[in-house]
Amino acid sequence: MIDENPALVGAGKGAHAAPLPCVSFRLLASFHSGTHAPAVKSAPFEYARAGSLAEACELLARHGDAKLIAGGQSLVPMMAMRLVRPAFLVDINEIAALKFVKPEKDSVRIGACTRQCTLERDEALAAKLPLLRQALAWVGHAQTRNRGTVGGSLAHADPSAELPLAAQVLGAKMVLRSSKGSRTLEAGKFFSGPMATAMRADECLQEIHWPAWNGRTGSAFTEIAIRHGDFAMVAACAQVSVDADGRCTRAAFGLGGVAGTPLAFPKIAARLAGTKLEDAAIDAAAAGAAAETDPGSDLHATREYRRHLARVLAGRALREARERAS
Amino acid sequence: MSEFRYIGRKRRTKEDPRFVSGRGRYVADVALPGMKHVALVASPHASARIVSIDAKPALAMPGVLAVVAGEEFCAATDSLAIGVDAPKVTRWALARGVVRYAGEWVAAVVADTRALAEDAAELVEVEYEPLPPVIEAEKALAPGAPLVHPAHGSNVLYRRKFIWGPVEEAFAKCAHRIAFRATWGRSATVPIETFGVAAQWDPGTGILDIWASIQMPKYPDQAARALRLPGNAVRVHYDVDVGGSYGVKRGIKHTVLVGYLARKLCVPVRFLEDRLENMRGGDMQGPDRFFDMQVAFDGDGVIHAMKIRAVDDVGAYAGRSPFQLGKPVSAICGPYAIPAIEYEPTSVMTNKTPQEAVRGFGQSPTNFAIERAIDRVARHLGMDRVELRRKNLIRRDRFPYTIPSGSTYDSGDYHAVLDKALAAAGYPALVAARDEARKAGRLAGIGVSTCLEPSGGNSAFEVLFNPKNETTTWMESCLVRIDLSGAITGVINNSSSGQGHESLVSTVLGEILERDPATIRVVRADSLTALPSNSPVGSRMAIMLGGAAVGAARQIRETLLAIAAHNFECSAEDLEYKDGNVSLKGAPEKKLTWDQLVEIAHRKFHKLPPRTEPGLQAKFVWEVPTGGGLPTPEGRIQIYPCYAFEAHIVYVEIDPDTGKPEIGKYVCGHDCGVMINPDIVHGMTFGGIAHGIGAALYEKFSYTEDGQLASGTFMDYLIPSAMEVPAMKIVDHCTPSPLTTFGQKGSGEAGYLGAPAAIANAVNDALEPLGTSIDALPMTHLAIWTAITRSRKGSEHSVVPAKAGTQKS
Amino acid sequence: MSEKLHPVTIEVNGVRREAQVPARLSLVDFLRDELRLTGTHVGCEHGICGACSVMLDGEPVRSCLMYTVQADGHKLTTVEGLVQADGSLSVLQDSFCETHGLQCGYCTSGMLIAAQALLNANPDPSEAQIREAIGGNLCRCTGYQQIVEAVRLAAERMK
Repeated sequence: MIDENPALVGAGKGAHAAPLPCVSFRLLASFHSGTHAPAVKSAPFEYARAGSLAEACELLARHGDAKLIAGGQSLVPMMAMRLVRPAFLVDINEIAALKFVKPEKDSVRIGACTRQCTLERDEALAAKLPLLRQALAWVGHAQTRNRGTVGGSLAHADPSAELPLAAQVLGAKMVLRSSKGSRTLEAGKFFSGPMATAMRADECLQEIHWPAWNGRTGSAFTEIAIRHGDFAMVAACAQVSVDADGRCTRAAFGLGGVAGTPLAFPKIAARLAGTKLEDAAIDAAAAGAAAETDPGSDLHATREYRRHLARVLAGRALREARERAS
Repeated sequence: MSEFRYIGRKRRTKEDPRFVSGRGRYVADVALPGMKHVALVASPHASARIVSIDAKPALAMPGVLAVVAGEEFCAATDSLAIGVDAPKVTRWALARGVVRYAGEWVAAVVADTRALAEDAAELVEVEYEPLPPVIEAEKALAPGAPLVHPAHGSNVLYRRKFIWGPVEEAFAKCAHRIAFRATWGRSATVPIETFGVAAQWDPGTGILDIWASIQMPKYPDQAARALRLPGNAVRVHYDVDVGGSYGVKRGIKHTVLVGYLARKLCVPVRFLEDRLENMRGGDMQGPDRFFDMQVAFDGDGVIHAMKIRAVDDVGAYAGRSPFQLGKPVSAICGPYAIPAIEYEPTSVMTNKTPQEAVRGFGQSPTNFAIERAIDRVARHLGMDRVELRRKNLIRRDRFPYTIPSGSTYDSGDYHAVLDKALAAAGYPALVAARDEARKAGRLAGIGVSTCLEPSGGNSAFEVLFNPKNETTTWMESCLVRIDLSGAITGVINNSSSGQGHESLVSTVLGEILERDPATIRVVRADSLTALPSNSPVGSRMAIMLGGAAVGAARQIRETLLAIAAHNFECSAEDLEYKDGNVSLKGAPEKKLTWDQLVEIAHRKFHKLPPRTEPGLQAKFVWEVPTGGGLPTPEGRIQIYPCYAFEAHIVYVEIDPDTGKPEIGKYVCGHDCGVMINPDIVHGMTFGGIAHGIGAALYEKFSYTEDGQLASGTFMDYLIPSAMEVPAMKIVDHCTPSPLTTFGQKGSGEAGYLGAPAAIANAVNDALEPLGTSIDALPMTHLAIWTAITRSRKGSEHSVVPAKAGTQKS
Repeated sequence: MSEKLHPVTIEVNGVRREAQVPARLSLVDFLRDELRLTGTHVGCEHGICGACSVMLDGEPVRSCLMYTVQADGHKLTTVEGLVQADGSLSVLQDSFCETHGLQCGYCTSGMLIAAQALLNANPDPSEAQIREAIGGNLCRCTGYQQIVEAVRLAAERMK
């Protein structure tokens, strides 16, 4: 039932744990027994607090083995256990210019270092982008959200995390900055694998543009985690718009925890347009999505269980979104 | 309402104020000048030969004082004690020559800071030759299995078959029988504070001072022995607050290691387990046990005999852990009048982290197996599970009741407690609610468990399992002093981990001396000044420490009466003692006040009765009631003296599409005799239930096939939070113990002993309509879902709308 | 190899504290070992148990997941800072004593921080809200029952 990760088995020789960006952190932590010197104090590193985005980019460009630290809720445990050991830490927590929430006509621009708790409490944001608050309700605990940032969660790219799934489903756009310039990546191109993004080593996530739907819209986020606040075994979210007759004009939904990245199902969702989102249509969409997943097995859930949860949760999310839209 | 002045009444504890203001003093708060820190190099292999260890790169780092490995350490110290007769199963804190589990400590690095010690530990190069490990108990028992301790000759540490009563006759003549396996997953109580120990050797005095987060009988003695020091060269400070233990904090290996380092380096040394070390290498995992149960019963539901074959995997080394198969002998038939029991415990070793004492010392797994058996008997007969229990529970007019294995249950009224619990749970309405939920397509179940909590801590199972170990002394002590100012101080001889012993003793002293407990101070001795104690284990302190305090206080009271009698020239029978003052009956103006009596005792020798000690102090040391016996050849023996009882009623719903369980209602009927401090007793019971919820649904030390601990962090070892533990209700009942002064029984293990059984029964009741069952803990989401999908009647395609409240909006 | 030290100025329980710290020193280790504020505890050092919770600018955070250098210029409140100006226990702390919402005391400081933050934002929380607010603080002694009662009692008393 346990995935054997060849990179972890039999590490015995006093070697530093090499950074393994393509492996789930939880797998790494679980197999920490593979390393012979368990640690909870970070290895030494150099540190600088960036006063501006430009300064952060300049530091990244200058120092080869550097990492950005925002909320640290995912990064610091990895550093404490010495699973990652950047030589240089660039702290972007104090860059005011990266903390903002700017609603626009069809989207909301959110600064990468905006705290999750800030988003949670923003009523205007909840009205315009309800899926975000719905997702945040599942993120960790109060302490996590008081430090965690929206950009940090996206850049960490845990395939079962809530914000990456919401971003994937809504087609959020990530604005990346480096000392060389700026570029924008849509979520589908941004998330490249487990704990991996298309960000280059010298890039910093600056802001995220979240598309907002107008009209009669309903959304929902649901997940199955073992305990409240735990990593999801499987997560699902959905957003639908309907016309005055209750006919679906637009739909989007996706699943987390079932592949190397969060998954959105635009083709299947497109087939819901024109229907009245009847249970049969939703069930078919959920089943189709589940069939496309490629979940792994671990201590808590087998591949089969995850596939099953995928179908169940996708259906629940779509149904709940439908109820909210009417 | 309590018949006593202080006992049994609501009372704030003495301990709480310092903790809420952040003034606890845990071992991590003990800072000794010049203190150095330890980090460990651990084996990544479950079984391997150590080929070489190269510490040179580590030693070259600035700030590193020493790197010590097994060759040096095992030659300089003695093997740690093992309780059963297995002298070839030796154990040290550091491995020598071979490693026997993944996480076993291979070398200790001492440095100026913990961070530097970790930096250096990474540089220690260890070469291993891996060997095939054996990870499962049944495989370890099979012929040809790799031997964890080849010198011992097998992987079996202990095995015996006990037959108490006419077992085979019962099975031959009974109309019905069932057989099944119940499996208790490896979990433990995992306190939020890990184990830590600091030691300082003073060559000037020849004393090794030790501060530790400890809950362990005979700790100073075992530490001294292993370090080859006389007992009076070791001074354990009991005034260290312990951040939870519930059995497991027996860090004797950590202590011998740190003690050795402190003496070798002549600097204070402190080792605080980090969470990873604690989970994998701290040797504090719990029972890992399966029970093959057979029950013989008649068509009316009367159970005539039970066969219990229990196989427990203690991991790669053993201290007292095999005895966790022995303690349940004290309540081997549960609260039921079953006249014949066959019990075959087997303690087996594998290449896993060693097991340590866990709350209840094996009773909770045993209660789980027995209660699953009761429910299965009921199902077999189509009988109501509550009625079946009523039929078999020992009736209150039969106490004191001696069970087949030789223990006598002191008192009880199990039917009354069960009735109270059912009433508090609104049982008929609960059943109706369950049936409504089922009609609506949900999986819903009610679980009932009726279980015993043996209390008082007489570990006669030591002698039972190992005739060479004739330990029958299980004592506790208290010293009471009244000083010149008339202030009362009680001195106790153990560390505490949240049980409220200072409150316990001050309340008891106040009751006997009729003085306000708020004015009574309780302090702790150290091991050089302590009276005999066996530390708070086995739910013993209300009985034993309470009894010792009573004994000492009574002596003080008698002395005060004697002083007054001498000064009034009368006999003690003519006097009345009230609130610490003594007056002549019928002539209350002839009175000596507390202050006057104290002054006579301390300063007016000429007014003391002849042959009276000056001052005002008393000590009391006593043996556990009903203790001191040795087992019969059949293995019959009185183990614990007092028997508390609990009846749990749990309502559970399970989402049929996800397998997610949710506890909707939790009621516990609890009878531990007289409660000295109800808030303390209730608090520990609620906590015990939460531990039980963890063991039943969430917690497991999971191992891969090659012996790696897969749930070694809090990300995968899942401790229930306030969101998983529901609101709970306790209803109290009191059948006093005839063996104690106030009628108190012990209760530190309450809740944990009956909760997993009740939850298991609830989940199985919920799965009953599907014709499927789960008899292995923990019943994880995955396990429940697997049972649902494999059921005869379950359908993978049924999708039920989520219950309102399971989704966040 | 000695590590570079960074100057930090942090207001802790209303008192300005200055120190020179290595970058990798966690905030909880700084509070406990450098400032000797040992009321905040270490339980897991990987961000799950909540025993290390302190208030950063009034909001509960896990101090094991922050480096001391990150707290430079910020305000911290630890359990020691929850007492009233005259040193007496706060209503919440006293309520914990009244309901016996603790036993070994190890998780208690984190619980108090989380619960106080809740009451600061929501003076009349429901039981569900209380449980959610302390959902990131693990306790092995109490089963949370008498903790929840303590927070309810404090809310009542502060009305």
